[in-house]
Amino acid sequence: MNSISTDICIIGAGPVGLFAVFEAGLLKLRCHVVDALPQVGGQLSEIYPKKPIYDIPGFPDILAGDLVSNLMRQIEPFHPTFTLGERVEGYEKQDDGSFIVTTVDGTQIHCKAIAIAGGLGSFEPRKPAIESLETFEGGKGVHYMVRDPEAFRDQRLVIAGGGDSALDWTIFLADVAKEVTLVHRGTTFRGAADSAEKVKSLHEAGRARLVLSSNVTHVHGNGKLNAVTITANDGSTESLEVDSFIPLFGLTPKLGPIGEWGLEIEDNAVKVNTVDYSSSVPGIFAIGDINTYPGKLKLILCGFHEAALMCQGAFKYINPDKKYVLKYTTVNGVPTL
Amino acid sequence: MTDEVRVYVEEADGQRTEVVGPTDMGLNLMELLKASGYDIQATCGGMALCGTCHIEVLGGPTLDEPGDDEMAMLESLPVLREGSRLSCQIRIADAIDGLILRLMPQDS
Repeated sequence: MNSISTDICIIGAGPVGLFAVFEAGLLKLRCHVVDALPQVGGQLSEIYPKKPIYDIPGFPDILAGDLVSNLMRQIEPFHPTFTLGERVEGYEKQDDGSFIVTTVDGTQIHCKAIAIAGGLGSFEPRKPAIESLETFEGGKGVHYMVRDPEAFRDQRLVIAGGGDSALDWTIFLADVAKEVTLVHRGTTFRGAADSAEKVKSLHEAGRARLVLSSNVTHVHGNGKLNAVTITANDGSTESLEVDSFIPLFGLTPKLGPIGEWGLEIEDNAVKVNTVDYSSSVPGIFAIGDINTYPGKLKLILCGFHEAALMCQGAFKYINPDKKYVLKYTTVNGVPTL
Repeated sequence: MTDEVRVYVEEADGQRTEVVGPTDMGLNLMELLKASGYDIQATCGGMALCGTCHIEVLGGPTLDEPGDDEMAMLESLPVLREGSRLSCQIRIADAIDGLILRLMPQDS
């Protein structure tokens, strides 16, 4: 098992999490950054790397991807370490006030303070409202994503959804599974015309079945899924024997496991004290889009400010007896760790 | 020409509530509805990424067609109506004056 020791464990490698490394570095605090995504930059890298941002002080415009590269250069002197592609699951507070943060893959990060900079949270599959659907989760026939297509070899599948992933997986799994039925509530695929054409031709060739104007409304089985009911918009129903049902209704950002950490939550965000952006649990701080307080603005520049104040709070938490004097980079330049 | 528009939100009981929005603030409809006390998560902050500001347009002026990002998000949602839109992608401007809408349940 991978084990890491650091001063501050920063959860989230978006712009605010990265800048927190710099502010911590000025106070000689080392940081380890964890992110569920495989690369740094958060939304900026994942969603809009080529989009210009106009409200970063000192930059009339800067591409999101360039801002991330600049931040990485800016924090380089402080030698941050990273665990990427692993979602943080839980934490344990130790008797000495330090923490052990654990990721989904079992990596343990022993740290003296935690800074949650998780942005929108983690992207989780949107689940359709079907009674008892959750009883077939966890390998019993209902899957919200396709991790390994081979797991569906020679199975009878029903996929539901009308977006890119529903179409793309229907095309891919048509060659792998025994039968694939795609159920879509509408008649059009407005987001992905090319893939829709491919699915239609698979349907005409008899290699996949496309059921339009319909929804999967019931799931059946005894311990393991064995059938679904498809209800058409005109009210007619059809029961279909299946091995797996794959609802693909996109991903939606959720607070994720952090929501279960016992922190005070409001409006799906971590409530903080704006003195130092501390949460309701001493030693755990929250900065950027994931926190909330009166007057909160979800702006990168506000997150940078929050990062600076958070580091002061973290420093005091880690060194309760030291009297801290703010260092200005204009006087000493950037120190190194 | 005033610098305000009126939109009408159909509540669960069928009553319509007038919501007045300024056109000179660069707001979108999601922000106006949220500021008016409606329970909208808008997790992504207006980037057509989360689908939690889903509304159904019931009547009023014809709006501009949704953009590609909005189309893709709408199509991926479990429930779609004829008038489905993401309110974060609709600008508060003269063109929407008189719009009648209702909020779709979160996550649909």
